[in-house]
Amino acid sequence: MEIMEKDVAKTATKLKTQQILEGKVLSVKWEPNLKYAWDNGPALGRYLAELKNGRIIAKKCNKCHRIMIPPRMFCELCWRPTDEWVFVKDTGIVNTWVVSYVDWKAGRLDIKGGVRPITPAVIEIDGASKGMGILHLLDEVDPWKIYRGMRVKAVWKPAEERIGAITDIKYFKPIE
Amino acid sequence: MRRVAIVGAGLTKFYRNVQETPKELAYEAAKMALDSCEMKLSDIDCVVIGTAPDAFDGLHMKGEYLTDGSGGYRKPYMRHYVGGGTGVLSPIHGWFHVASGMFDTCLVVAEEKMSSAYPHPAGAFLTIFDHTTEQPLYPTLIWIFAIEMNRFMTTYGYRKEDIALVAVKNKKNAMDHPSAQLPGEITVEDVLNSEIMAWPVNRLDISPTSDGAAAIVLAAEHVARRVTEKPIWIDGVGWALDTAYWCTRDLYYPDYVEVAARMAYKMAGIKEPSKEIHIAEPYDPFTYKELHHIEGLLLCKRGESVQMLLDGVTQRTGNLPCCPSGGALGVGNPIAATGLMKIIEIFLQLREEAGKRQVPGKPTCGVAQAWGDLMQVGTVVVMRS
Amino acid sequence: MTKRVAIIGIGTTGFRATTPDLSYRELTYEAATKAYLDAGIEPKDVDAFVSTAEDFFEGYSIADEYSPDQLGAVLKPIYTIPGDFIHSLASAYMMILSGIGDIMVVQGMSKASNMLTLSELVTFAMDPIYNRPLKESPHAVAGMEMARFMYETGTTREQCAKVVVKNKKNALTNPLAGHGVLIDPDYVLNSEIVSFPLTQMDISPHSDGAVVVVLAEEKTAKSLSDKPIWIRGIGWCSDTPGLETRNWAEAVYAQIAAEMAYKMAGIRYPRKEINFAEVNDEFSYKELQHLEAMRICKKGEAGPLTEMGGTEIDGEFPVNPSGGCLGVGNLYELNGGHKVLEVVRQLRGEAGKNQLKDVTTGIAQSWRGIPTTTGTVVILSN
Ligand SMILES: [Zn+2]
Repeated sequence: MEIMEKDVAKTATKLKTQQILEGKVLSVKWEPNLKYAWDNGPALGRYLAELKNGRIIAKKCNKCHRIMIPPRMFCELCWRPTDEWVFVKDTGIVNTWVVSYVDWKAGRLDIKGGVRPITPAVIEIDGASKGMGILHLLDEVDPWKIYRGMRVKAVWKPAEERIGAITDIKYFKPIE
Repeated sequence: MRRVAIVGAGLTKFYRNVQETPKELAYEAAKMALDSCEMKLSDIDCVVIGTAPDAFDGLHMKGEYLTDGSGGYRKPYMRHYVGGGTGVLSPIHGWFHVASGMFDTCLVVAEEKMSSAYPHPAGAFLTIFDHTTEQPLYPTLIWIFAIEMNRFMTTYGYRKEDIALVAVKNKKNAMDHPSAQLPGEITVEDVLNSEIMAWPVNRLDISPTSDGAAAIVLAAEHVARRVTEKPIWIDGVGWALDTAYWCTRDLYYPDYVEVAARMAYKMAGIKEPSKEIHIAEPYDPFTYKELHHIEGLLLCKRGESVQMLLDGVTQRTGNLPCCPSGGALGVGNPIAATGLMKIIEIFLQLREEAGKRQVPGKPTCGVAQAWGDLMQVGTVVVMRS
Repeated sequence: MTKRVAIIGIGTTGFRATTPDLSYRELTYEAATKAYLDAGIEPKDVDAFVSTAEDFFEGYSIADEYSPDQLGAVLKPIYTIPGDFIHSLASAYMMILSGIGDIMVVQGMSKASNMLTLSELVTFAMDPIYNRPLKESPHAVAGMEMARFMYETGTTREQCAKVVVKNKKNALTNPLAGHGVLIDPDYVLNSEIVSFPLTQMDISPHSDGAVVVVLAEEKTAKSLSDKPIWIRGIGWCSDTPGLETRNWAEAVYAQIAAEMAYKMAGIRYPRKEINFAEVNDEFSYKELQHLEAMRICKKGEAGPLTEMGGTEIDGEFPVNPSGGCLGVGNLYELNGGHKVLEVVRQLRGEAGKNQLKDVTTGIAQSWRGIPTTTGTVVILSN
């Protein structure tokens, strides 16, 4: 049995996006109105509360000796409750990064029009164990001059604007 | 352990924006699979459905909606998923059904209709990220793959122009695939000059948004011998998930693929994968991913996958053809259906029924692999003729 | 089938309306810790894990991403079943029979309190072309089914109300349950009409919680556990997803799933060979409809039996001694997990004040809720 062109030809009919947008194809639209209020629990709850205070907190496992960020109530590798809370620094190094020309909806940024590409990165936080990174954004740096191992520091929102969210840190910027 | 064989296969055409509903796509693939081995739905004891996020098709409890389209009506019918790894988990889940002795035949269906999500399925991917620590930064899926690609490149000093060869190879292979969405003859320059999405990922480094479905029929040995002269045996299955804290992993190497591969190889009695495996379908939603996965599948040493590519080893005529189908980059990437499409490619190649895509040298052992979630899932199946 | 498989460990957080103190991670971690302790194992002893999650219940796409950490399953074989917990149990059971390993773990979790738009969510599960544009309330679907079931079987609203009274009473003495209360049938009948004949009190409130179960192959089970609870039969089935073509009076899915499980267990007369049942009672009438589908009662008999007290804890055939969904709370994909947990507690003699006397075989049954026609059944013996 070979799967041939003629076998698959009838299985699906191609439409053009334009046909759909112009209403030339009957279609049903549905915009789900779904809302959630996620319970953060003690570990992420404290993490967010400390971000509001302008500090980054981690949690330590006294078995594998990892200082973990984001903090967690149990060590997923040792399978035991974690131990003490540890404040870590708001500086770190770039582990890996991206120069993005698209936003989260796959919409293209107007780079030619002068919009700065978005530069997300995994940042290993000073004071946490080696390799412990978080996802955040880089700014105040030429996107094409970012490099692995670049030293960066958090740029915080003013205290009165902080709400206890990861976005209380606006971005990280180079410190050298 | 009962032996289980693949005895039939079906596949739809892959397109972006198909007119058919998800149910109809599932039906087309399932019907073709049954017809291919001259079986009827009444010969099928149970059905499994693989389909990834509900957000794509825009349906809560998508598995329930797909019941009748997949042939699951009034049968034991179960859905499973592991993100992008779902397609290759599907035959694994079907294999349990038959290998356990509970059923003699199983219809395995995989479906995805990504284009239902408007304006772009990328929006649906926002909700795969941690809702507290990551979603507020509005990450996109492309970012994390570009992040991983960058780490992979900086670790070994791989060059973008070399990695781009994966797209050239796979899109060319896809020219011979009847379901292909994006086949074509392109050059390395075309890839490098295509628009930047998120450096180091350019447009032609990425597989497309696709709609499609695939299906296979599994049978226990005594049934398989009766319905076909060329059963293809599932001899090894493996799968693993790494931690969801993806920022704490070193992304240069896919440990989860290695763990899954070792599990499957052990079951199949494979000791030297690069010698004993003749043909591979690693998951290639991005160019670098094929290379990343070839290393994780232990088909070469770490850091040697690019050399293998440059030497032509992974071409259809090479010693270890990889993605002879055209892969996700060429055939298209309706997530779960892609993984099963890869299984079907190995099935056809081992039966020497792949037509113009047939690799030379009568392969007898092949591996298919998929990957997904927050770069954390490996699913692996070893098949033999 | 040569291999026998037993449940050797159970763990749960218990079930309550809200759990603002814990995230989904910690809920599962607590249940898993208890289950592993109960089974005398550590995560490293586990050959494979199965988690149960449905994207829009969790509020995540491909929710399986967040399954390994809290189970100790990092870099281990684990996958997710977007179905009922008993689907996952069946999946793990088949893995043991297939020779994948001897010890399997099954997890389910509900954070129902975190879903703020439940009605909208259920509508999102309806056929996008035929049904969604009508914007029917999901409870209208339940109301239509209840009406047809009552019409064909002669069941009365009073009999349905009695199910609510019984289950909420049972929940009062179950420390795991969160919605126990003493009421009389009139309270149910006079409560606010949602979609006639369905009233507010006929509908289960929701609950949060987690359940983790450890399964083992016979030899391992006997070496690890003094009280292994054996899986004797298991079944699952999906009827049509279409609202237009389904059988509105009978739960065909429950019938086919139960017959599959009976056949495997060698059970011919379920009412005689099984001592008690934990069945899905997301809506009051569902308990009666499911009992009839599973041949525990004849058609039209479940209502009168309930009315006469035959399904009470001290009745002839106890049903939902735990308090069921009505008394414990609707746990969505975890519903089957709660049923299995309660059957195991009964068979081990650990059900406290709700303990049934001399029980050796119990049945747990679940349904995936509106608008589905998917059900699961498992028969357990000590
Ligand atoms: Zn540790």
